[in-house]
Amino acid sequence: MSTGVSVSLRAIAKTFPDGTRALKPTDLTVAKGETLVFLGPSGCGKTTCLRIVAGLEKPDAGGRVLFDGADVTETEIEHRNIGMVFQSYALFPNMTVAENIGYGLKIRKVPPAERAKRVAEMLALTGIEPLRDRRIDQLSGGQRQRVALARAVAIRPRVLLLDEPLTALDAALRDRLRTELDQLLRSLGITAIYVTHDQAEAMSLGDRIVVMKQGEIVQVGTPREVYFEPNSRFVAEFIGAANVIEGMASEGSIRFPGGQLMLPEPPAEGRCTIMLRPEAIEIRAPAGEDWTGTVQGVSFLGDRQRVTIAGAAAEMIVAEAPNRTRLKTGDRVGLAVAPQALRILQD
Amino acid sequence: MKSRQLFSLACMVPAVIVITAFFLIPAVQLLFIASGGEAGLSRYLAVLTTPRYRDALLSTVALSMVVTATTLLIGGIAGIFLARNRFPGHGLLVAILTFPLAFPGVVVGFMVIMLGGRLGLVGQISEALGADRIVFAYSMTGLFVGYLYFSIPRVLLTVMGVAETLDNRLIEAARSLGAGPFAIQRDIVLPALVPAFVAAGSICFATAMGAFGTAFTLATRINVLPMVIYQEFTEAANLAMAAALSVVLGLVAWAILALARLRGGDNVAAAG
Ligand SMILES: Nc1ncnc2c1ncn2[C@@H]1O[C@H](COP(=O)(O)OP(=O)(O)O)[C@@H](O)[C@H]1O
Ligand SMILES: [Mg+2]
Repeated sequence: MSTGVSVSLRAIAKTFPDGTRALKPTDLTVAKGETLVFLGPSGCGKTTCLRIVAGLEKPDAGGRVLFDGADVTETEIEHRNIGMVFQSYALFPNMTVAENIGYGLKIRKVPPAERAKRVAEMLALTGIEPLRDRRIDQLSGGQRQRVALARAVAIRPRVLLLDEPLTALDAALRDRLRTELDQLLRSLGITAIYVTHDQAEAMSLGDRIVVMKQGEIVQVGTPREVYFEPNSRFVAEFIGAANVIEGMASEGSIRFPGGQLMLPEPPAEGRCTIMLRPEAIEIRAPAGEDWTGTVQGVSFLGDRQRVTIAGAAAEMIVAEAPNRTRLKTGDRVGLAVAPQALRILQD
Repeated sequence: MKSRQLFSLACMVPAVIVITAFFLIPAVQLLFIASGGEAGLSRYLAVLTTPRYRDALLSTVALSMVVTATTLLIGGIAGIFLARNRFPGHGLLVAILTFPLAFPGVVVGFMVIMLGGRLGLVGQISEALGADRIVFAYSMTGLFVGYLYFSIPRVLLTVMGVAETLDNRLIEAARSLGAGPFAIQRDIVLPALVPAFVAAGSICFATAMGAFGTAFTLATRINVLPMVIYQEFTEAANLAMAAALSVVLGLVAWAILALARLRGGDNVAAAG
């Protein structure tokens, strides 16, 4: 199956007629076969960016969209050969499941026999063979999502664009479909751009994540990079749980009200902000520890416990403890952190 | 009985009284008159065998069908366009196009005479251009123009109403799959508008079948069913025949509406 094209955005910006600056000038390249995820809070410009790649919106003057190096900025969406999955699925209500999936092929004048074969392949790929003759209003949300995906993939698009395809589903179904979608994208090896505001979705699906904020890219990196090495407080707090705390750095360590921690290389000096993931903090007996605090609350999550600790820093610290560790409110605890788990934030 | 059910029943009382008084009782009476006397039910046969009645019935149905088809074509295209495009003067244009809704049939007839009557605009222009004076107001053509004029707004508004609710994502999805403007109209927009077309078309047909004011203004000798009914009970004083023709007219219009409701879903207004 086709593996698609590389997509390059050059100085892409978007100002809507009403003056809304939805996207500031943005440069980005999506490699052939890569799954790139746009992640950010609602209204940050993810959909706008995706619609520019699709050809549903024109970028402001000067912006360029390239597919495999060829300029497609002026190419209408009908001729870009892209697959698109909308949050609302946008399935054609006057057609059956099979007709929906085959629509792009019919438009391309693929002969009926081959079309039927390809539709059958798509039905099998997305696991919805029994639904082939159903009407759209006879489908559940998850089934619609699969039809929308099959319809977009059936035309063997050069790039697959997905705008919050799982957001409309309930949590359990979302988890299951996320896994399925991940496997599908990997097996197709297609270039895909995926938009979501859900960080868990972004981490599990993306080869790389583009974190956006108010029309700007704030960080681009693999899921591990953006998780372990966020470049800003915004990224640290948007992706996963994070303790963002302030302290005074000097001579390779950083001081807090409840003690001090070793800093990673190269150390900073003076007032600085660091980020610590809850699971990077090890709770120990207080004796002999450089950094201590008092347990403020414990919530048992089954597989682990979430512990809130006061007095260690100016802010409350959240740490994770194994599920069998006995802890209760008021216990004094020591907090141990490996220097490389600690990240200095620039803002 | 629960008080809630009593209340629901009480709500229906006014409607039941009105329908009984103004529809059921006259309708039953009409049926009695139509089938009374010596001729009895054979009057219905006469509608089909007497050339004057049969021709009136056929030409009324034909006129209504042509009016409906033309209205759907013109009003449908304009409705889709107006719903999907915004431009300066949009509101004004819609207001002008729907203006005829405010006019009774007599006024519409009068306007047709001003356009295509003996002293009408079209006649004057054609004469000024050296051709024969064109007069069409006092014929089926005049009636057609008049009916078209007051049917277009209804179709326009119905189609616009539905077209505006059409999910733009559907069109975007079709475009992403490669569909051009023609394919989008054919595969996405028109199918979504079928119920609106059926609803608007059947109302249009039923209205054209029964419209009287315009015909009356244009020419009392025009051979459409409502005029024939009028002549039967005024000039010929043949109340029974007028009643039989009324029943047939009512049945044809009702059948069309019922058929439309069966095929088109819920958007079709009353049958009758
Ligand atoms: N057609 C439009 N006209 C004006 N403003 C728009 C339009 N579409 C989106 N916006 C605005 O642009 C910003 C980015 O929108 P969007 O790309 O949809 O964000 P996201 O998908 O990240 O939630 C928002 O402030 C939104 O209100
Ligand atoms: Mg969005």
